[in-house]
Amino acid sequence: MEATSTHAIDLTLLESVLVRYYGRSRSALLPLLHEAQAIYGWLPREVQEAVSRTLRVPLADVHGVVEFYAMFYNEPTARRVVRVCEDIACTLRGADAVAQAIEAELGLQPGETSADGRVTYERVPCLGMCEHAPNGLNGTRLAGDLTATAVPDFLAGVHPEPEPKIYGTPLLKLGRIGKMDPLSFKDYLAHDGYVGLRRVMQYTPEQIIQIMESSAILGRGGAMFPIGLKWKFTRGAPGTPAEKHIVANADESEPGTFKDRAILEGDPYSLIEAMSMAAYVVGAENGWIFVRGEYPRAYERLCHAVQRAQEEGYLGRNMLGRQGFHFNIEVRLGAGAYICGEETALFEAIEGKRGFPRIKPPFPTTNGLFQQPTAINNVETLVAALTVARIGVDEWLRFGTDESAGTKWFCLSGHIQRPGLYELPFGVSIRELIQMGGGVRPGKHIQAVLIGGAAGAFIGPEQLDAPLTYEGARQHGFPIGSGVVMVLDETADMRRILYKLSHFFAHESCGKCFPCQIGTQRQMEILQRISHDGGPRPGDRAALMDIGFTMTQTSLCGLGQTAASAIMSAIQLWPELVG
Amino acid sequence: MKRQTQARIITLKIDGVDVAAREHETILELAQENNIFIPTLCHLDGLSEYGGCRICVVEVKGSNRLFPACMTPATEGMEVITNSERLRLYRFSILDMLFSERNHVCSVCVSNGHCDLQYLSAKLGMTRVEVPYLNPKVDVDASHEHFIMDHNRCILCQRCVRVCGEIEGAFTKGVMGRGVNTRIIHDLNGAWGDSDTCTSCGKCVNVCPTGALVEKGKSAGEMVKRRDWLPYLRLMQED
Repeated sequence: MEATSTHAIDLTLLESVLVRYYGRSRSALLPLLHEAQAIYGWLPREVQEAVSRTLRVPLADVHGVVEFYAMFYNEPTARRVVRVCEDIACTLRGADAVAQAIEAELGLQPGETSADGRVTYERVPCLGMCEHAPNGLNGTRLAGDLTATAVPDFLAGVHPEPEPKIYGTPLLKLGRIGKMDPLSFKDYLAHDGYVGLRRVMQYTPEQIIQIMESSAILGRGGAMFPIGLKWKFTRGAPGTPAEKHIVANADESEPGTFKDRAILEGDPYSLIEAMSMAAYVVGAENGWIFVRGEYPRAYERLCHAVQRAQEEGYLGRNMLGRQGFHFNIEVRLGAGAYICGEETALFEAIEGKRGFPRIKPPFPTTNGLFQQPTAINNVETLVAALTVARIGVDEWLRFGTDESAGTKWFCLSGHIQRPGLYELPFGVSIRELIQMGGGVRPGKHIQAVLIGGAAGAFIGPEQLDAPLTYEGARQHGFPIGSGVVMVLDETADMRRILYKLSHFFAHESCGKCFPCQIGTQRQMEILQRISHDGGPRPGDRAALMDIGFTMTQTSLCGLGQTAASAIMSAIQLWPELVG
Repeated sequence: MKRQTQARIITLKIDGVDVAAREHETILELAQENNIFIPTLCHLDGLSEYGGCRICVVEVKGSNRLFPACMTPATEGMEVITNSERLRLYRFSILDMLFSERNHVCSVCVSNGHCDLQYLSAKLGMTRVEVPYLNPKVDVDASHEHFIMDHNRCILCQRCVRVCGEIEGAFTKGVMGRGVNTRIIHDLNGAWGDSDTCTSCGKCVNVCPTGALVEKGKSAGEMVKRRDWLPYLRLMQED
């Protein structure tokens, strides 16, 4: 805290913000910290004390929250933070050279702030722009396809912002992106906006639940829970509409995943429409969109879209001209914590706490946000439900297989000629998807494919004909997860990739349960040594498997339960990597 | 967990023994009533459940998953196994990692002989630590007039955080950082002795399972923790 004494903190700057927060509860903590940090660039002790007094949150809790989220700063930090992705998709495409160029240009090492206090530099986990790898953030400006020579432009804020890369057919869910102005409400209406919601509002909520059950939509975030069932349970849970919540999980942080960002940035009104439908079905008046802190452009566009929908009478009281249909949405910005993609940790974050996952049961459908009944869905799941509403369940079931209905977004990245977001019917094989993406570079061959993200599994080249369906994934022992398909050709250093994965989990483990908190660290230490600090030793494989099984079996939440899955899959396929 | 006066009665099996439970009762509560031993670390009668240590995980027939006994409600017809080879191995593995993470050296600890972690390891028959010790450099905060916080011995069970907020109502203690860098803090991570919110009640010291929170002036093995007051205070709060 010595740094604070050398900086005079002018608390009068904060007063106009604090007056808007007096009388509010702890759930306003994250928004207030974001606003305060926008003023000072970081959160000095005096500011944390003022926040504590304003919201009546204990000092230790304010500090614990600040220290939990990677994008809140407890030490002097510049208002402009330059962030470069260091995760695997970017590493495969030359992130190291870009980072070195930035370090040379700025004269800073990761975590350092320039002497004039105007810029801070960081290497960060996946930024969700893997189709534009390597990528970074200059303040709130996105940048993709970086090269060492592009670094001066990137730092000057003139490097072009990345545009969506959408491929595949049929584009049932992504059809509007790139064809309409994502900011224009009129444009949305002109592109079949609110057709789906108006159509299903002819039916009763119970009938819509039946439609959703027959559409067989499973949760697209990775947990594969049927949406019809989730809405039914939440609708049936005791509570008035004012006590029920619809939450869109837009905390897309799984390394290699960039699917929801496409909708959030390119078609934000469709998410609002989909949530409105969920609200109509469940009978809920409160909507929340929780966007990860690393998606500034998505956050900005969502806030704009929500405001426009409110102005047009498509959110609020008696919306769409229907008496008694009340629903509103609050957009919440995360602050850098992978764990908050876990649904109960996300609730904790909205409630203004550290993102510690809760133990289930009780489940969110009865004890969710603020311990009230909550339907929380991934962005893609909600948009899939809206698509069914728009095109009808019969049309929807024409695509996919019996067990895996409809289309899925696949995030194709890594050593691939045409990375991007592919919307395809379930059933396409991994090889076909890779061929659609133009394959690997000429003369190279596929060494491995990571399916499902950091929490997924590796497969070898001999498994490429496995179909991308839930049943095919089960049979071949990999998870569909969030739809990550990351291709690694023979130039990839697999030991380094495994170390990167373990580093990600050690960095993101929340620290609540013992096996994950310590296990992710132990796993990383071993893989660090194997990768670049002495090489493998006898017993490493056994130790990694022991730690892996303990985490998988005993951890509290999905993070710990999958923190070793990709690594263990690699050890099983290629034992020589670790010994 | 709050007792319900008019609860439905359900029946289930724990380790093959037929037992009756009130609805909403946890497997751990039920096991304790029936003198079935389930190891625990973060659980303490009188505090809210935390579910972090994962030592109390049990098997339930029909599921591949393991369930924390402290937070899993007993349900009708459930068949619980509290002590299998599989559970033994995972519990050892968790203890292994706990011992290796910070600096748990029993012989020089003031809580030697009165430590939950030490007791549990002995009770479960642990004879050695399989993974290499981390030996991290960790701070000791002796700024408080009466007490010492020795982070070397802390296992992050958060009993102290819970008792400080839930029972004493001071909310002095909290937790910061994440993963292996998680630390117990006082207020804004200041010195404990400088805290304006701490009432010096000493409840945190008495609920601490290890030698992480101790009274000043104790020599090795002298720090005995008293906790019998805790369930009574909780009962009085509920009434």
